[in-house]
Amino acid sequence: MFFGIIGELAVGFLTTLELFALTLVFALPLGLLVSLCTMSKFAPLRVLFKVIVWVVRGTPLMLQLLVIFYGPGLIGLPPLTNRFLAAVIAFVINYACYFSEIYRGGIESISKGQYEAGQVLGMTRSQIFFKVVLLQVVKRILAPMSNEVMTLVKDTSLANTIGVIEILRVAQSINAYYAVNIIIPVLYAGLFYLAFIGILTIVFGRLEKKLNYFKV
Amino acid sequence: MAFLELKNYRKKFGENEVLKGISVSLEKGEVLTIIGSSGGGKTTLLRCMNFLEMPDEGELYLGGEKLFDAAEKKSYSDAEIREKRLHFGLVFQQFNLFPQYTVFKNITLAQTLLAKQDFKRKKEDFAAVCKKAPKEERKKLKAEQKQILDEIKSNQKKSIEEKAENLLSRVGLSDKRDSYPYELSGGQQQRVAIARALALNPDILCFDEPTSALDPELTGEVLKVIKGLKSSDSTMIVVTHEMEFAKNVADRVIFIADGVIEEEGAPQEVFENPKSEKTRAFLRKSLEEVF
Repeated sequence: MFFGIIGELAVGFLTTLELFALTLVFALPLGLLVSLCTMSKFAPLRVLFKVIVWVVRGTPLMLQLLVIFYGPGLIGLPPLTNRFLAAVIAFVINYACYFSEIYRGGIESISKGQYEAGQVLGMTRSQIFFKVVLLQVVKRILAPMSNEVMTLVKDTSLANTIGVIEILRVAQSINAYYAVNIIIPVLYAGLFYLAFIGILTIVFGRLEKKLNYFKV
Repeated sequence: MAFLELKNYRKKFGENEVLKGISVSLEKGEVLTIIGSSGGGKTTLLRCMNFLEMPDEGELYLGGEKLFDAAEKKSYSDAEIREKRLHFGLVFQQFNLFPQYTVFKNITLAQTLLAKQDFKRKKEDFAAVCKKAPKEERKKLKAEQKQILDEIKSNQKKSIEEKAENLLSRVGLSDKRDSYPYELSGGQQQRVAIARALALNPDILCFDEPTSALDPELTGEVLKVIKGLKSSDSTMIVVTHEMEFAKNVADRVIFIADGVIEEEGAPQEVFENPKSEKTRAFLRKSLEEVF
């Protein structure tokens, strides 16, 4: 019975992991783009993105999931039939906005002198950003990023509000089949999360160590 | 016309006019020091020369040619400004080394990026030539071009690295080649910054209070390096509070107060026989013994 439950949970956890990985792959670069827009000198762009970030951070992720999944159908567009895709879209938008604020904090913490040093050496703006500033930003934001990434692992469970069969959804539905108290599979599911967070802790620790070769 | 002619530079920050019409001329190989109390406009003047700030009014001539005209500044593209900047080097008060790169990479980075742009342009030129050539010759042409390009690439790399090694030994830091900035003392960091600025062969090297952020026992090594750079073909402008340095190294001294040049001349004149009352007061305060 134990292995039966674990096996089914593992299948659900695979969906969790997929959602997690896809969100990171798209939200990390998108967040950088959003942060650059919120810092733009062009006022309309800046205001637009500040409003977007405000709305996304100001409403529950669960609500955003519902809007993305049911919204298109309600206003007469072709409805999203793929629940998983809807979840990915909602998570990417939501996390890109949170990441953008972390990037912004990191970018603004880099001293003006670094930009000016690049300028007097004849570098272009993009060279200064990618060759000089970015790695320093990454080093500075690693800790808050690791926090956010770990929150994401657990936030994926919200996807079950629009019917994505992730690990907690599996856990809640298999107790009857195995005739155990519902608390048992849910607790086991907790162990999956815990183990994965453990791995992430180690990964972030290594990254931090790797960037320890310089100081900012 | 002198090597560098700065004409009537004016700069306002909001309501605050920091430069109120400053003209400077400097011959090739001369060292000019700019002294004056804080907030007088020395640093702003230097930043305007490096186009980190854009002057509101004024013209700049270099080697007899007009390099900058504030009346036309809106028409300059980013690339043009970058090109203009390369005529000037700037060493900052706070060093501003790139912390994630070794000393060596700090010195070579900008050159490498410039060389890459050159290389890319050349490659595009070659590709265009290839396109025009008759079909049967293209293959042969391509092979020849590849050989030339490879050679250019390796020559570029070699010359950049050789130059960096030279500069490192000139500032006395050959043994710190692979260190990171945080592993160096302030004086060493500043010497690296000097080497980094020199790597691009600027026509004029500017120093913005290069020793002000250093512990007193470290200022000597940096000033010594700057003094050692003095030669017939290196033109330098040094904003400094080190009066002894200004006296001994400079060919000319400018005293700036409240955005105007209050006094100008050879160091002996300015230091021993100042004409303006403001200069006298400033020098009295700077040189007086506190105890």
